[in-house]
Amino acid sequence: MSADVLRVSGLHAYYGESHVLHGVDCHVGRGEVVTLLGRNGAGRTTTLRALLGLVGARSGSVVINGQETIGLPPHRIARLGIGYCPEERGIYASLSTEENLELPPSVAPGGMSVEEIYSMFPNLKERRASRGSHLSGGEQQMLALARILRTGARLLLLDEISEGLAPVIVQALGRTIQRLREQGYTMVMSEQSFRFAAPLADRFYIMERGRIVEGFAAGELRDKMALLHQYLGV
Amino acid sequence: MTSVLGIPVAVILGQLTLGLVNGSFYAMLSLGLAVIFGLLRVVNFAHGAFYTLGAFAALLGLQWLGINYWLALILAPLAVGVVGIVVERLLLRRVYGLDPLYGLLLTFGLALVCEGSLTQVFGASGASYPVPPALTGAVNLGFMFLPLYRAWVIAISLAVCFSTWFVIERTRLGATLRAATENAPLLQAFGVNVPLLVAATYGGGVALAALAGVLASPIVLVNAHMGSSLVIVVFAVVVIGGMGSILGSIVSGLVLGVVEGLTKVVYPEASNVVVFLVMALVLVLRPTGLFGKE
Repeated sequence: MSADVLRVSGLHAYYGESHVLHGVDCHVGRGEVVTLLGRNGAGRTTTLRALLGLVGARSGSVVINGQETIGLPPHRIARLGIGYCPEERGIYASLSTEENLELPPSVAPGGMSVEEIYSMFPNLKERRASRGSHLSGGEQQMLALARILRTGARLLLLDEISEGLAPVIVQALGRTIQRLREQGYTMVMSEQSFRFAAPLADRFYIMERGRIVEGFAAGELRDKMALLHQYLGV
Repeated sequence: MTSVLGIPVAVILGQLTLGLVNGSFYAMLSLGLAVIFGLLRVVNFAHGAFYTLGAFAALLGLQWLGINYWLALILAPLAVGVVGIVVERLLLRRVYGLDPLYGLLLTFGLALVCEGSLTQVFGASGASYPVPPALTGAVNLGFMFLPLYRAWVIAISLAVCFSTWFVIERTRLGATLRAATENAPLLQAFGVNVPLLVAATYGGGVALAALAGVLASPIVLVNAHMGSSLVIVVFAVVVIGGMGSILGSIVSGLVLGVVEGLTKVVYPEASNVVVFLVMALVLVLRPTGLFGKE
């Protein structure tokens, strides 16, 4: 048994004929917040999807809480205690806010109650009866995050959660992530916005062409700025 | 006696009631089709065959094992539902993600195989199922004597249709089903066993068809072709209601049964085609169906 919540080695992923991930290696410790950085198309979103088996085919090794998952179907992987917040948010348009919130099954004991979630996201309580399609972008993002906190998942995969949101919403989201971090959640974030990720993450990985090309801790950030500029083109 | 446009009111009400009986079958069958199409995106051409199997299960259960009507009402849909699950697991599963034509051809082929086998074994003439003793006789509605059994068919199918609607639209399980219809991969990433849900949904939709078959067996002649003649109308009903719409399939099933009945009063020759005329009209004016989205 390793102390890592997540240990990925030599992960390849394919969508149909196209080979998208070319041997991703990374690890995430319990309670760590790790951010995947990289340009569009570098493979960040695909990496998160591949961890859950949501790609056409995958090979290599993905060990979650000590268990090899490469041959498991997505629902079995999720039940190892993973919460997934997809890039497109994945709010069900035909379900109400509350139905969306209560949709994901419990994957581990100790999830937040609906009341706790409503106190954390008061907006969602006001909109509890609204259809998913009637929520604003910010509300949808809050809901996408909130609904995986109900399930007891302690490893959260958060894909581009700050994307396309007003600055004030992004700030609120940042505070929420900070709170979850203090509560000991393990999080893997894919972020295009380095400014959003920088104050939140313990470690960073940089992706390029379907591989992880660089990894460093938050403390090394100052020394790595030149490298970041080079890879991210910021 | 009172009459409307020269037609006695009693005759109109009588056909309305009989139309409602037919509509009950349309509603139950199109409901199952709608649920299956919504989740699997498969146009289940085998639906009529499962209806036939339901009736045969009841008939053979009675003849061979002495299983009475009331037990058959539960056991036949269960047995046929299991057959449906096996079909989904072994065959249907392979055509998801392919052109919809494959699902259509596969289920159509299954229906032909089923019909052919039943004809081979039991002949084409058919047999009748006795009306259960508790439901013989008739109720006097004032304008007609309605056979008690037909009243029972209307009541039970309304109850079944409404319960199905309630489960899908108002319960947690239904929310999961609706979510799977919208975005199944994400639902699976949340930990829901989607393949199991799909198999169970197909089994459930098919069991509804079988239940309709059991209900129909004392009214119609049980033979290998009873489903294929009915299912064409049912497809028209589904199109009119809006593909995949639960409420649409129930309401349009009942309404079209009644429309058919009324046509029999006014112009009997048209009663077989009126449903298709309505379908053509709906397709022209509202291509997504009366209750369809998009």
